[in-house]
Amino acid sequence: MLCQNCQKKAAKVHFTHIVNDNKVEVFLCDDCAREKSKININMPMDLSTFITSFMGFNNETVNTERHSGDFVCQVCRLGYSDFKKTGKVGCSNCYEAFKEKLGPVLKRIHGSDTHTGKIPAKLSSGIKLSREIKELKNDLNKAVRDEEYEKAAEIRDRIKILQSAGEGG
Amino acid sequence: MDGWYVEKGPESDVVVSSRVRLARNINNYSFPDRLDSQKAREVVDNIKKIVLESEECKSYGFKFYDMHKLSSLDKNILVEKHLISPDFAIKQNVSGALISSSEQISLMINEEDHLRIQCLFPGMQLENASSLCNRMDDLLESELDYAYSVGYGYLTCCPTNIGTGIRASVMLHLPALVMTGYVRKVLEACGKIGIAVRGIYGENSEAAGNLFQISNQVTLGQDENEIISGLKNVVSQITERERTLRRELYMKEPYRFEDNIYRALGILKNARIISADESLKLFSRVRMGVDMGILKNVDSQVLNELILLVQPACLQKQVDEELKQGDRDRVRADMIRKKLRFDD
Repeated sequence: MLCQNCQKKAAKVHFTHIVNDNKVEVFLCDDCAREKSKININMPMDLSTFITSFMGFNNETVNTERHSGDFVCQVCRLGYSDFKKTGKVGCSNCYEAFKEKLGPVLKRIHGSDTHTGKIPAKLSSGIKLSREIKELKNDLNKAVRDEEYEKAAEIRDRIKILQSAGEGG
Repeated sequence: MDGWYVEKGPESDVVVSSRVRLARNINNYSFPDRLDSQKAREVVDNIKKIVLESEECKSYGFKFYDMHKLSSLDKNILVEKHLISPDFAIKQNVSGALISSSEQISLMINEEDHLRIQCLFPGMQLENASSLCNRMDDLLESELDYAYSVGYGYLTCCPTNIGTGIRASVMLHLPALVMTGYVRKVLEACGKIGIAVRGIYGENSEAAGNLFQISNQVTLGQDENEIISGLKNVVSQITERERTLRRELYMKEPYRFEDNIYRALGILKNARIISADESLKLFSRVRMGVDMGILKNVDSQVLNELILLVQPACLQKQVDEELKQGDRDRVRADMIRKKLRFDD
């Protein structure tokens, strides 16, 4: 990734900064980061442009997309192009509606697109089960890759048991 | 003034306070920015009812604030106490806050998300703040239908909060790191590992009062404990560095070091006019003197109290009148002299 300030050197520093409790971040090369932290750590700036710029959008694409079939959330009617301007979605369904586009955005922000934290008690047992199955499937792939077939068979059986338990309950 | 603000917590020579907040939303309601006022009212009433009627919450003595009915002075006081966000104070939509009697727990309803649960503790107490947040969350979750997806976790208005919805932060007093210029390196290093640093209270480039807030950035792909312990790790390294530098600076030029501290106290005890910015800078030097055992007859609790009381809204509340800029500096100097004289 290139430095978002000079666009010349490779970005090495993840520069972050909070304005009114809202986070603003940018990826910079060492030199630009040094300059930035010298100038002003409370630098006022336009939050929305900053957020959208670090998410990897720029204004031109916003226009072109609006003309060529924007994604629109069926629940709150927010268009993906609106999200690109504000960096905020309109309702929980937006994540489903924009899934294709938001996945990479989440990866860019968090380095991951999968939740591993708290599960609401109401949903707890089902989610824990599917999380465990997912992990086992990863282990299975690894075991096959490493040609550990005995271990792979064990994992496969364990997945089968868990899957039937999930279907039963 | 009492409450957690003036209490002394663990590691309080460097760590002033710890805060954890959770962002949550309710299913089948658009996020607050796209919610009509009737629906927004439903969200407020619903959460208010759960909290005020809950047996467990009774012990916390929650009070409800309708943001529409609150004066801007009262809103600013809540902002200065970090109980609500500055954005929340100027929001026009139907919104409310529930604040516990100790002012350690605050719930913002219809901020950027439907619900923000926040807990504050003095000193280094991230785990305590986190577990209290979690308890409040469990309690509300049993009554509310949260917007949650298996893959993405808790769904939030801004993708930067999605997943755990947790933001853990600590306020650090870092005078020696600032004096030696080392703070810039800390800032750069934190950025590289997904930790945000910002100066607080400062108007210009410097963080007035050498107070910094350090918080996690990543909310997705790590669980709550990993996030908290990651932040704790960084904070303990910064804390150790700050302590070492303080000792080194003192040993290098003890007279100059003490002079710097005593002069700050002298000004605070004698000034007739003082700005919030200047007073915060001087408090920082005095505080370091107290924390290093150089000043023995200044109470660190009074300093904690003063940091809040010199802020514009809190200052005006004390004298119960709206003050012009020039009058504020005079009233502030009077108030500081009065508070510090007790310890002479």
